[in-house]
Amino acid sequence: MAKWKLSKSQLRDAGQGYLFMSPTIFTILVFLIGPILFALFLAFNNVNLLGQTSFEFVWFDNFTRMASDERALIALQNTAFYVVIVVPTQTILALVLAASLNAGMKGEKWFRVIYFIPTLTSSAVLVMIFMWMYRPDGLINTILSSVGLPTYNWMNDPSVALISIMIMNIWATAPMFMVIYLAALQGISDSLYEASELDGASAIQKFWYVTVPMLRPVTAFVVIIGVIGTFQLFDQSYMFSGGSGGPNNSTLTVVLLIYQYAFSNNQMGYAAALAVSLALIILVATFIQRKLQKEETH
Amino acid sequence: MKNKKPNILKAFLYIFLTSYAVVTLLPFLWALSASFKPLNEILSAGLNIFPETFTFDNYVTIFTEQALFPRWLLNSVIVAVIGTALNIVFNSMAGYALARVSFPGRTAWFIIVLAVLMIPAQVTMVPNFLILKELGWLNSYQGLIVPGMVNATFIFMMRQFFVNFPKEVEEAAAIDGLSRIGTFFRIVMPMAKPAIGAMAIFVFMGFWNNFMAPLIIMTDASMYTLPVGLNAFQSDYATYWNYIMAASMVFTLPVLLLYIFFNQYFMKGLSFGAGEK
Repeated sequence: MAKWKLSKSQLRDAGQGYLFMSPTIFTILVFLIGPILFALFLAFNNVNLLGQTSFEFVWFDNFTRMASDERALIALQNTAFYVVIVVPTQTILALVLAASLNAGMKGEKWFRVIYFIPTLTSSAVLVMIFMWMYRPDGLINTILSSVGLPTYNWMNDPSVALISIMIMNIWATAPMFMVIYLAALQGISDSLYEASELDGASAIQKFWYVTVPMLRPVTAFVVIIGVIGTFQLFDQSYMFSGGSGGPNNSTLTVVLLIYQYAFSNNQMGYAAALAVSLALIILVATFIQRKLQKEETH
Repeated sequence: MKNKKPNILKAFLYIFLTSYAVVTLLPFLWALSASFKPLNEILSAGLNIFPETFTFDNYVTIFTEQALFPRWLLNSVIVAVIGTALNIVFNSMAGYALARVSFPGRTAWFIIVLAVLMIPAQVTMVPNFLILKELGWLNSYQGLIVPGMVNATFIFMMRQFFVNFPKEVEEAAAIDGLSRIGTFFRIVMPMAKPAIGAMAIFVFMGFWNNFMAPLIIMTDASMYTLPVGLNAFQSDYATYWNYIMAASMVFTLPVLLLYIFFNQYFMKGLSFGAGEK
């Protein structure tokens, strides 16, 4: 049985607590929890935006439709391919950069400051710079051909367009994770390295048998954040392809598809169903990752 | 302790770190140099990083002849500055309440804040558009600012900060007859400067660099923020890389200046991220 009569100080605490929380509660209710419930509702309806917005309940039609939607399948394939390549690459690159910086090098701070610049830069600016460098006679092809390597039509060849985005985003995101790894590396006690030195471990062995295992919890964090982020790829695909996901759907991602259905094709119900499905996929992926992580440490 | 490294390994590491620094900087330097070159020099496919003909024309042109560019810059500043200011106050208030005020439902709200962190923005994208449409907030500053005026990540960060905040400070203020609200704004917030600094920078960058929200909410070209404007600009002036690069540089400068002056806060904010899980 709860105590219903509150003392004066408890009442004051309650009032103050909710006063301090009020902007947060308002925003969470109106722009997060409300919309999530609304999204679930939309996913089971067809939405008509013309004139007065109206809804028509269609049961699971929006979900069953995905199975026969060829572009949804392509978008899912592209996104999965993107996640599978980008997450491991950016994680390994971040770890190698952090470990190299942490090896007691002179100028460590300067390298760190420089490496971090792409992470601060807006996706729009990065896309502009890379679109320009990726031109058929742009900087990248000029450099490649000057050292005798093959050149590509980076943006207009369907077989390389998504890879062009991957290269750019790995380059832009790895430094953020590098800083996280650096902070963790500085927390590994020197005595562990000294002990392994006494056992005659080489620098590579120390990295592999001391650094990597000690960083496992941070790696789990970096991978989960990476998976969540890569599944949501949108800005770069949209800008590279002018919103189309082209050439030939090669840069079409799930979020870009959701955007197209919602805002170009006026099929908001189907778009909401796709968004809910994506959220579930991300949730399951994070869950599997956590599970694997746990098994590995036991 | 680490000075017994073999020299070969050290040399190899320096080569690796230096090459990666070049890979990082080259695109920016290339873009910066292009922003000072006339168009014909850019398209001649030369590899000179220093312009043969140095010119400020690209910058002058985007500010004087591209009428909407200054407007986009202004829109971005308004949204990012007001949005950041609201976040600083509201996230700190919520973090403080969750850490230090024992109000009924506190645990439940804390769990809700954590749960909200997990929801991908795409789920709320379509319904939020419909809500903002009903409110008549499409193509308005409040349409971008109000839904983003609190941030669960930073509420959580401020809560962690205030949990470890010395109790004696508040007690002393209470003895001096200061109300809780007075204590919070006049004593607690000023003492939370390092945490607030880190939060402010990341929230500002979030607003400044956000592409998807303004793309959806701002359909009228005069209400675009810089990222959306830059993209539209590129579609219209696809071959005028000199203007696009000048616009990109103007866009990057504020964040770069923040980074140079407040570098310590950046690193603090990020290392907090690592301890967050």
